[in-house]
Amino acid sequence: MTYSYYKNMQINNIIFVYQGEVTADLVSSILQMIENKLEGEGEDKKVKKRVFNVMVECLQNVYHHLDALPPTDPNNPVKDKTALLMIGREEKDYFIITGNHVLNDRIPEVKARLDRINRATKEELKQLYQEILTGGEFSEKGTAGLGMIDIARKSGQKLGYDFHPVNDKYSFFSLEARVSRIPDKG
Amino acid sequence: MRNLVIEPTSKTPKVILNADLGIFEISGRSIPEDSIGFYRKVLDWLDEYSKGPLPETVFKFHLEYFNTSSSKVLLDIFRRLERLHKAGHKVVIRWLYDADDEDMAETGQDYQALLDVPFELVPV
Repeated sequence: MTYSYYKNMQINNIIFVYQGEVTADLVSSILQMIENKLEGEGEDKKVKKRVFNVMVECLQNVYHHLDALPPTDPNNPVKDKTALLMIGREEKDYFIITGNHVLNDRIPEVKARLDRINRATKEELKQLYQEILTGGEFSEKGTAGLGMIDIARKSGQKLGYDFHPVNDKYSFFSLEARVSRIPDKG
Repeated sequence: MRNLVIEPTSKTPKVILNADLGIFEISGRSIPEDSIGFYRKVLDWLDEYSKGPLPETVFKFHLEYFNTSSSKVLLDIFRRLERLHKAGHKVVIRWLYDADDEDMAETGQDYQALLDVPFELVPV
């Protein structure tokens, strides 16, 4: 059993995986740990910074959005703020994957936002970023989608996503961001 | 007025706001979950300072990383400095970045384009 977990992670190039409740302290600890790992393995400085930046946005995005789920809802598949966080390293890319439950009602909005980001050119992403930065009101939590745009800008690649139906009310949303290990790409 | 000094943590920057010595600096990393909460003191301090500023205010930013929730609050800080400048005071925002950090240079340029206040990009 243990060996198959190990093999699975190795085959899929996963260097870190976490499933469980996501708290601010946990996010801090993971960031610290991965940062040390990147540091210790002598990864290119620019790549390291980009990976770290994308990781911060992805993890904080999950952390903030878990709050949106009504925990007392009997259809809610998770009673606490659990999510999946995964970090991998392939020959050419780092990848950061997050997974968390979302209300089905929210899917069209999230999907539209991601599609818009994926269609945008580098210059359009920059404009979009500035529009949101100077326009929309931010709450203590949400940054009106700025995080996703920043992830796309730092990644320089399309964002992968999926909504896996769980029940009538909820789906499992996964987001994958890639960062090239070639410093001048992206 | 009282100086504001905040020591850095793994998620928040070092802040020095000292009107006696004319030192205005934010440096390090800024990745708190609640940026508005962290920067409230800084914004309040600036509002107070703006009532009787020094003849010249040179505000240094030297950030290693910052998250998008900080990016909005940074703009709020810049807007206050812009207001000070428009009110006829001498204000310079100095955006320091590591010479090989193109992303941080670009971020500085983004802000520069949005603001109407002297904004210097300084590779270090």
